[in-house]
Amino acid sequence: MVSPNTDVAFDNKIEGDIVISRLDAVINWVRTNSMWPMPMGLACCAIELMGTASARFDIARFGAEVMRFSPRQADCMIVAGTVTYKMAPHVRRIYDQMSEPKWVIAMGACASSGGMYRSYATLQGVDRIVPVDVYVSGCPPRPEALLDALIKLQDKVKKTPSLRNLTA
Amino acid sequence: MSDTVAAEPVADLLAKFSEATPRESLDHPAVNVPMKDAVAVLQWLRDEQSYDFLVDVTGIDWSETTSPRFTAVWHLFSTTKHTYIRIAADCTDDANPSAPTATGLFPAADWHERETFDLMGITFEGHPDLRRILMWDGYPHHPLRKEFPLAGIETELPDIEVADETQAKVISAPMMGGPFVASNKGEMNLTDAEPRAKDESWNEAKPKPE
Amino acid sequence: MATEFTVPDAGAKTAAASQEFETEKMSLAMGPSHPSTHGVLRLQLELDGETVTNCDPVLGYLHRGDEKIAENMTYNQFVPYTDRLDYLAPLANNAAYAAAVEQLADIKIPERVQAIRVITSEMARVSSHLMGLGAYGIDVGAWSVFLYTFTEREKLYTLFEELTGARFTTSYSRIGGVSRDVPEGWNERVLEFCDQFLPILDEILKLLTRNKIFMDRTVDVGIISAEDAIGYGLSGPNLRGSGVKSDLRKDRPYWGYEQYEFDVPVGSKGDCYDRYLCRGEEMKQSVRIIRQAIAKFPAGDYYAKDAVRIFAPKKDKVMTSMEELINNFMIVTEGPQMPAGEVYFEAENPKGTLGFFIVSKGGGVPWRLKIRGPSFCNLSILPKVCQDELVSDVVSILGSLDFVMGECDR
Repeated sequence: MVSPNTDVAFDNKIEGDIVISRLDAVINWVRTNSMWPMPMGLACCAIELMGTASARFDIARFGAEVMRFSPRQADCMIVAGTVTYKMAPHVRRIYDQMSEPKWVIAMGACASSGGMYRSYATLQGVDRIVPVDVYVSGCPPRPEALLDALIKLQDKVKKTPSLRNLTA
Repeated sequence: MSDTVAAEPVADLLAKFSEATPRESLDHPAVNVPMKDAVAVLQWLRDEQSYDFLVDVTGIDWSETTSPRFTAVWHLFSTTKHTYIRIAADCTDDANPSAPTATGLFPAADWHERETFDLMGITFEGHPDLRRILMWDGYPHHPLRKEFPLAGIETELPDIEVADETQAKVISAPMMGGPFVASNKGEMNLTDAEPRAKDESWNEAKPKPE
Repeated sequence: MATEFTVPDAGAKTAAASQEFETEKMSLAMGPSHPSTHGVLRLQLELDGETVTNCDPVLGYLHRGDEKIAENMTYNQFVPYTDRLDYLAPLANNAAYAAAVEQLADIKIPERVQAIRVITSEMARVSSHLMGLGAYGIDVGAWSVFLYTFTEREKLYTLFEELTGARFTTSYSRIGGVSRDVPEGWNERVLEFCDQFLPILDEILKLLTRNKIFMDRTVDVGIISAEDAIGYGLSGPNLRGSGVKSDLRKDRPYWGYEQYEFDVPVGSKGDCYDRYLCRGEEMKQSVRIIRQAIAKFPAGDYYAKDAVRIFAPKKDKVMTSMEELINNFMIVTEGPQMPAGEVYFEAENPKGTLGFFIVSKGGGVPWRLKIRGPSFCNLSILPKVCQDELVSDVVSILGSLDFVMGECDR
């Protein structure tokens, strides 16, 4: 019912505190801006991953500075480096231990496709054992490339129908 | 970097161990010894000639058709004289190559011998704990042997549960008909001046012809 | 009706236990994904309470088959793979590999190349030790050191990028030279870096050297005697931290290291603290070497003239001269032709002595290439050092050994 009284149309006690939005958008907003990474540092790319986290590139600008070595506290696994067949089961196990929703960034050529290591010991792409959301090219990728991948992933998360996934 | 100082122990070594012979080398002095003398030679070098630092133990596979097929190689360094010496010994058995362990002399030999066993398949007799070190336990092959392809041979993943869950396997790496060296024998073809795979009849899309 | 209730005789049990000390051992897998294992090392620990009774390192989680790959490609093609051995100091690895093949081919490199290699190797040493220091800081609970050292590393990366085109997988050294000459003004910028770096290094070291917490975690922890260090084949700062004055740059000088004045720091006790001090001092000595090398930077070519069969000719020559084109084609397809024989070359890398054992049967592909990774040897002492130490000290020992799994597992 619309009140004819114009005095109550604007109530500053209420107006400043309420934002109307879709629940989807709110959930995604929360998820994108505090994406805690699980740094799966395996090889050379891990050094660039650390470079991304340190002062010059500062991954904190994108809300992903909280590196969690416990998979249970992480949202996004960054597979940085060569995955060997000996390591692959461990990567999968750590992925399994992450709680939903979870995402994976394959950082660098080795994690994406085996890269220059076409050999008997190297898993030819981490997507053979875990689903990958974003692939980053480079050997190793520059920190900017990793940040770009993170932004891409955030874009992807923003478009997810989170509420439907929750209730499903 | 000439090794005039190091020539002396070689002469002494050859005099002391009658079956030892000089080995061809482009840099450091090198000696061939029979496998049964290997440990005695290493001990003599360590105790009498102050070669106290075991740098490296490794093996060489001279291909399936060669006999003796495997050679074990030790590199020693003297922290006082600052010279290297290379000791090589051929394995007598081509099918089941073995060498005596040097773990009693140098603790460093432990891991080097495990690695040589793992990758080359040379058994070190008397090693306290001869397990695989780089590949996982239960891996069926010795990758550095010449008959083993670079791409690898299909086997199971080390973890059965994960293998069941992901349906992933240890597969041969897609080589696109590699290895990548295109050794060009015969007519020189300047239109194909890029390095190419040796065998282009197969790739990821087309299976390898049997 | 009182039900009979027997309390477990805890007192008697404790008394019996205290007589026999029979406690159950616990098995703990540390790694392969653990922040303090610097990569993918796994330690299978057997614990009695908090004391380590047995430590079994499990390696191979980064075994990528480098040696097998080397047997399948030409000498030139393998250079990029050496970047990824010790990925904290690729410039030093490239140069060590190139020097090994040059020894095989019997090539004398020009003085300018030697000086470039010395400068880049020492810069790589600084960058590697900075990383080691920063990571060690994190291991023992000091986060800010990492931020300082990484800021300095970024400055080095900028210089590397200008020189080589890449931040850290540089592939800069070629067999018989380097891939390109030093850019104009680069040496001056290196000197500028050195000038501002030393005060910052002092500041970084000040954060740790007399820090009570840091000293508690490192002094008298993980003592390695000189005999053990030699026996287990340790090298680099780990060997020198135990008081063995062994440095290939002094003992078997290569690339003209004999013309530079520098000191080799050695430790007195061989504990984690000594190894840390050695690394700190080595960085200062590296800066000293860089300054001397730049002061007498020789003119000349950046590749060896007698390496025509190995070093690919310049692109403009390839486009204009038939002989150079054919030469280029042969080098690219068949690889640089090498004499048959065996060579072993070791260089004093940041982590220790990186050795390449090359068996050649002639032709452009090595028959066997064995890489002696210093980290592999440095780690082999772990079961002995960790014996009877506390679990928290294992973290400290690991950090002080400063290893890289890339060259350990190869």
